Amino acid sequence: MGSVMAPRPGAVVEVTRQTPPLMVPNGDGYVLQRLPTGARVVYAPDPLPGLRDPDGAIRRALLNPLDSEPLPALLRAGMRLTIAIDDISLPLPPMRWPDVRQRLVEAVLDLAAAAGVEDVELIVATSLHRRMTAAEVLECVGRRVFDAFWPDRLYNFDAEDPEALVELGTTDQGEVVEISRRAAESDLLVYVNINLVAMDGGHKSVSVGLAGYRSLRHHHNVHTLRHTRSLMDPPHSALHASCDRMGRLIEKQVRVFKIETTLNTDTFPSTVGFLNRREADWSWRDRAAAYGFSRSMAALPHARARDLFHRTRSPYALTGVFAGATEPVHARTLESIYRQHAVPVKGQSDVLTAGVPYVGPYNVNSIMNPILVFCMGLGYFFNMYRGMPLVRKGGVLILTHPLREEFHPVHHPSYIDFYDQVLASTRDPKRIEEEFEERFATDSWYRQLYRRSHAYHGVHPFYMWYWGAHALEHLGNVIVVGGQRHVAERLGFLAASTLDDALEMASQTVGRDPSVTHLHTPPMLVADVEPGAYDTGVP
Amino acid sequence: MHALEYSPTLPGYAVARLTGGTRGGPLTLLRLAHRTAPALPGAGWVRVRPLLAGICGSDLAALDGHASPYLGALASTPFVPGHEIVARALEEDGSTAPGRVVVEPQLHCGVRGVRPPCPRCAAGEPQRCESVAGEGLDAGLQTGYCCATGGGWATELVAHRSQLHPVPDALDDRDAVLVEPLACAVHAVLRSGAQGGDRVLVLGAGTLGLLTVAALRELGRPGRLLAVAKHDHQRRLAAELGADAVATPATMLRAVRFETGARLVEGRGTDPFLLGGADVCFECTGTAAGLRDAMAVTRAGGTVVMVGMPGRVTIDLAPAWQRELVVRGAYGYGIETHAPLGGGDVEPPRRTFEIALELAGRLRLGRLVGDPHPLSEYRAAIAEAASAGSRGAVKVAFAPGVGWAA
Repeated sequence: MGSVMAPRPGAVVEVTRQTPPLMVPNGDGYVLQRLPTGARVVYAPDPLPGLRDPDGAIRRALLNPLDSEPLPALLRAGMRLTIAIDDISLPLPPMRWPDVRQRLVEAVLDLAAAAGVEDVELIVATSLHRRMTAAEVLECVGRRVFDAFWPDRLYNFDAEDPEALVELGTTDQGEVVEISRRAAESDLLVYVNINLVAMDGGHKSVSVGLAGYRSLRHHHNVHTLRHTRSLMDPPHSALHASCDRMGRLIEKQVRVFKIETTLNTDTFPSTVGFLNRREADWSWRDRAAAYGFSRSMAALPHARARDLFHRTRSPYALTGVFAGATEPVHARTLESIYRQHAVPVKGQSDVLTAGVPYVGPYNVNSIMNPILVFCMGLGYFFNMYRGMPLVRKGGVLILTHPLREEFHPVHHPSYIDFYDQVLASTRDPKRIEEEFEERFATDSWYRQLYRRSHAYHGVHPFYMWYWGAHALEHLGNVIVVGGQRHVAERLGFLAASTLDDALEMASQTVGRDPSVTHLHTPPMLVADVEPGAYDTGVP
Repeated sequence: MHALEYSPTLPGYAVARLTGGTRGGPLTLLRLAHRTAPALPGAGWVRVRPLLAGICGSDLAALDGHASPYLGALASTPFVPGHEIVARALEEDGSTAPGRVVVEPQLHCGVRGVRPPCPRCAAGEPQRCESVAGEGLDAGLQTGYCCATGGGWATELVAHRSQLHPVPDALDDRDAVLVEPLACAVHAVLRSGAQGGDRVLVLGAGTLGLLTVAALRELGRPGRLLAVAKHDHQRRLAAELGADAVATPATMLRAVRFETGARLVEGRGTDPFLLGGADVCFECTGTAAGLRDAMAVTRAGGTVVMVGMPGRVTIDLAPAWQRELVVRGAYGYGIETHAPLGGGDVEPPRRTFEIALELAGRLRLGRLVGDPHPLSEYRAAIAEAASAGSRGAVKVAFAPGVGWAA
C-alpha cells in the first residue's frame, strides 16, 4: 500500500498577476474570468476520502445507532413501517449510481424483511417541491425497490391531500405541526437523508419534508429568514430553531429512526475533472480542456447545453453515515460536513463574486429561472458562511449568469406569475408576503398542478424570495455579469457586460479599489468568517 | 371650405389594402379638397366649424381598406371623415354662436327628420336606428360617414341642433374632443351588465380601452379591474386611470388566470385558454386576436363586450358556444337606462353624452391628446394615428381651422 497524502484543506488564495483566469459557472456554461489583483479566492477543501465499504458502514450504523436501539430491535412482524427519503433536490448534481438512498433503503428493507415486516411504505419527502417522475424515483431507489413498491407503496408525498395529513399539535411558539398521516401513524418512521450542506437534515427532514404549507409558513417566512444567520449554521438559524421545536414535538408522538449521510466534494466526473481542481494547479491539458469546454458549451444552443449538463452524474463518495436519534445523529453529521466544507476566512470584503451554475436544488432536470438565480445568489451563496457574511454590510454581490427570462412551464408555473405579477408590483419581501403569499398558496390551479402534474407548489417562489431576505437587507447592491438587463431590473439587480464593468459599477456603492472575495463554488464550501480586517491569507 | 375627402374607388381600395393606406402608404382613398360647404339639409340644422377633430380607429380602418363592407353599405360617399368633434356653431347670419359644442354624430331618425321614427328610435335606442341607410338624409351611421353632413376633418360641416352639446368653460378643447369616444366607453360599460364585484378585463389600451378603464372606475368599482396594454405609456395611463393591474399581451393569459384563480389549459393545436376567468371582458382592439383572447379568458356564462369596431375576422367560436358566453356589441351611445354596475335603473333615463360630459369634467383627459395637426399635414397625422401606440401617443387630432389664410 502506498502512502496516502491527506486531502488539502480549503484555502484563501490571493490573486496576483500570475493567477490564471478562474473558471466561473455561468448558467448552462462556464466563463474564464480574470479577477483584479489583490482579490482573494475561497477554494473548497479537496474531497475527503470516501468510506471504503459504504454498505458495511451503513450496516454498522443501523446496528450500532446513536441513542437508539439497533434498527432490527425496532422492527417486528405486524408493525407499520414508513421509510421517507429525501427528494431529487439532493445531492447536486445527482450522484452516480448507486445513489446512497438506494443503498440505505435496501439495507433497511432487508432488515425489515428479516423481521417479517409486511406493511411498508416509502414516501419521497417532497414537501412543497414538485412530484418526482417515475424515472427520477427509480434513479434514487434502484430497480429492485422500485419494481417492488412503485407506485402503490412508493410514492411522492402530497402536501395538499387533506386526508394524507394529520395535525400533531402546536409548539410553545404557536407553530402548527402537521405532517404525513402515514408517517405519523406508523410504528416506526425511518428517514433516509442526504446531507449535501449543513442546511439539510436534523429535525428539518421530517418537519419540512413531510409537511405542508400550514406548517412551513411558520418558518419559511420573511421574519424567520431575516434571522437565519446563516442557513449553513443551524445554531444561528431561526429557521432551524423552528424546525427543531416542531421536530421535538413530532418525536414525542412518532418514533423516528434517522439515518443521515454525508458526501465528499468530488462533484464533477473525470471528463471535466479540471472543475474539481484549482486553476493554479491545472496542467496544460487541463487548461486546454477548460478552454475548449467553455468555448464549446458557449457555442451550443443553450437548451442543448443545459440538457448535457443535466446528464452529469457526480462521483460523490460517502464520507459518513450516522443513524439513531435525530439530534445526536445530526450533530455527527454536521461535524462531518464542516470537516469537508469549512474554510477559515479572515474578515469581510466590500464585494463578493460568484458564478451561478446550471443547477440548484429546485431545477434538477429543469430550468434555472430568474427567481432561482436570485435564490442561488442571495439565498445560498450569500449564506455560505458561519460567523459573518463574506461581504460586509452595504457591500456588493456580483453574480455571473445569463439571467434569461426563461421558465419551465410544467415545473415552475407559479414562478412565472410571481415574476410577472408580484415582482412587477413590489420586490419588498414583507409586502410580497403580506399581499400575495396567501393567494398563491391557496390557488386551486397551482394546487392541481402540484398534485397531478409536476409543478412546485404555488407558494414555492415566495420561499425563494424569502431565502434572500437577509441578503436583501445586508447588501448595498447586486450586479449580474452577463445578465439580461430587463430581467436584472425586474429582480432589482443591475446588469453588467463584464466583471470589470461590474466592479466599476460596484465602485458607486463601495468606493474605488474595493476588497473582493470570490466564492469558488461548486464544489461546495462554507466560509468560517472571523472578525477582523480583510485578509487575503497571504503572509 | 377645406376638407379631407374620402372617395373610395375599386382600384384605390385595392391599393390601400395592399399598401396599408395608413402606414405611410399613398392614402389613395383620402385627398385634401377645396369644395363648397354642404348645404343645410333643413330646419334645425346649423353650420359648425371644428376646432379639433379626432382620428378614430374606425376612420383608420376605412382608410386602409379594412373596414367591414357591411359598414360601407351604411355610408354615403364621398364623405368627409371625422366624428369626434369639438366646434363652434354658427348663427343663421354666419356669426359665431357663443360657446363651444361637441357633436353627437349619430344620424338617427330624430336628426334625419324621419316621422314617425323607426321602432328602435321610438324605443329610445337611437344607436340602433333603422333609418340609417338613407331615409330623410343620405346613408350614414354618423356625421363623418354621410356625404350630406360633412365631417370633422374639414373647416366646416353641418349638424342638427339636437346633435350639439354645449361644452362647459372648464373643459379645454382637448378634453372636449374626447367626449365622443368617452361616450362610447360609458355606453359600453352601462350596457355590459357588469356587476359591482365582477372581475373585469379591458383588452387594449388605445383611446377606447383607456377611456373604458376610466369609465369603469368612474361609474362604479368592479371587484377587480385588469387592463391589457401593449406599450409602456399605455400601461402607465391604464394604471393612472384606475386599473388594479396591467398586463402586456404576452402576459395577459396568465395575468387573468392569476387575478381570477382560473385554470390554464394548454391543448394540442390550440392556443392556451382559461377555464374560469373574467366575468366581463371589454374587447377594445376590434381585432381578431383581441376577440380570440377575449373568448379565451372570459369565464363560462360571462360577457364579452365588443367595444372596438371589428371587421371581417376568422375566429374559433367553439369557446363562445361551449361556455355559453354572452357576446354583446356596444356601438356608439344613446339614452342610458341602466345604472352603473348593477345599481338598478337610471331615473330618469339620460343621454350618454350628458354622462360623458360630466365625466370629462372630472377626469380632464385632454392629456391623452397630442398636439393637433393642420389638415394639410394629413399624411403625417394619419401615419401617427396608425402607429400611435409605438410612438407614445394616444389620440391624434386635426385642428381643421389652423393653417389657412384668414
